[in-house]
Amino acid sequence: MKKQRAFEDFVHGIFLFLGLVTVGFVLLITVYLVIAGIPAIREIGILNFLFNIKWASTASEPSYGILPFILTSVYGTAGAIILGVPVGFLTSVYLAKLAPEKIRTVVSGAVSLLAGIPSVVYGLVGMMVLVPGIRRLFHIPDGASLFAAIIVLAIMILPSIINVSITALEAVPREYEDASLALGATPVETYFRVSVPAAKSGIAAAVVLGVGRAIGEAMAVMMVSGNAPNMPELFGSVRFLTTAVASEMSYSSGLQRQALFSIALVLFLFIMLINAALNFFLKRSKE
Amino acid sequence: MNEIIKVTDLNLWYGAAQALRHVNLNIPEKTITALIGPSGCGKSTFLKTLNRMNDLIPNVRISGEILYKGQDIFARDVDVNLLRKEIGMVFQKPNPFPMSVYDNIAYGPRTHGIKSRARLDDIVEQSLKDAAIWDEIKNRLKKNALGLSGGQQQRLCIARALAVEPQVLLMDEPTSALDPISTSKIEELCMQLKEKYTIITVTHNMQQAVRISDKTAFFLLGELVEFGDTEKIFSNPADKRTEDYITGRFG
Repeated sequence: MKKQRAFEDFVHGIFLFLGLVTVGFVLLITVYLVIAGIPAIREIGILNFLFNIKWASTASEPSYGILPFILTSVYGTAGAIILGVPVGFLTSVYLAKLAPEKIRTVVSGAVSLLAGIPSVVYGLVGMMVLVPGIRRLFHIPDGASLFAAIIVLAIMILPSIINVSITALEAVPREYEDASLALGATPVETYFRVSVPAAKSGIAAAVVLGVGRAIGEAMAVMMVSGNAPNMPELFGSVRFLTTAVASEMSYSSGLQRQALFSIALVLFLFIMLINAALNFFLKRSKE
Repeated sequence: MNEIIKVTDLNLWYGAAQALRHVNLNIPEKTITALIGPSGCGKSTFLKTLNRMNDLIPNVRISGEILYKGQDIFARDVDVNLLRKEIGMVFQKPNPFPMSVYDNIAYGPRTHGIKSRARLDDIVEQSLKDAAIWDEIKNRLKKNALGLSGGQQQRLCIARALAVEPQVLLMDEPTSALDPISTSKIEELCMQLKEKYTIITVTHNMQQAVRISDKTAFFLLGELVEFGDTEKIFSNPADKRTEDYITGRFG
């Protein structure tokens, strides 16, 4: 009897330890980013760092303003959401409620594949197809722009939005839909007036998840956005928070390198905020 | 008495399994008809055929004829949504929408094109009064309907069904999930409603059938064994199987 108990406790201990490993990594990254990110912010001054519109890290008189990166990340993410959410949302309603079994299988498979494509491949296709296309279509000297990045991001966030929305829509009790149909509402009316409102917290969670994916993406946007530290313009070359860190890290030193850590810290805070929002919606959709 | 629904030689299959066999049944207007029988006998299936809710289940095949006010409900040009507006339904488990009491009742009328706020207000009030729940919840119209008790939710669902002005109300064991007090309220309500509506209710509760129904139909293994005045069915059934069932020998 006693031995059994000891074994149980031992296994519990192992599981607890493994669980704590994950927590440990999160803590480690947080602490490291804060420690590494604070010095440059101190030296540059937080207002100057966040709101100066000039980033010239290698100039003889360097300037470390990251407002262009913050705004580019915000605009880029917003643009991706504006394009991606309607497409993803309607696709999820179609797949969860309307699609015949065969079409559903094919489209769901394609969505899963889309989720599995490495971001560098998105970037490559964007670079070879999208960027020249934009250049020709809009008659601008270079197609590598915020606009190109928005389109790539919009496609990249589709799988998260579609999958999470489908889960939310499928969790709507069949009884709600039956009640609506029995009142003489058509199936499409039923889905939009009963199923979607009933799933709204889950769908909101899907959108927030999409925001998180978009704001954290680096590789694909670096390849299509031109990467110049300008204030964002739809058809101008821009640099995101993520790409600002990635593009200078390899050759940076001194304050410049410290400032890159500070950028990472700002990005990290954005992600934390988004995660808090995500947890809020997920919790509400469970209730 | 006028017969509002006439069923002739109705057969229904779920895939290869036959769930209804040669059912013939005429339902008189403004009465309560109880459908009784053991589980799986086809009474719920029959009920859901009347407003074509069975259409939603894949692999259902139906033969025979159902006339509603002389119109074949399976005819090609029948608008199923209008049919379901005429023949409303209340489900076994109370299923209010996760929205306010007001929006629950207004859902049906809005679906059928009523937008005027004043008209909707009237309909909501009248429906809740008809469902004998107005006094209890008139101050909570803006509250979420899921906060009501089970019995209140079921009467709300009845009010919601009434709000689209149906002629017939189908009820699928409307009290089986409720406590005795809520059950007796719903039964009382049914007795009032038959002044204006034709009610067809599935019930497992024999006493309930006796208490509220004018006609009783006894189903067994997809067959309609016996149909007639409730009084006669329960005091002097014509078929031995009916007698065995109502005296509790099986089921």
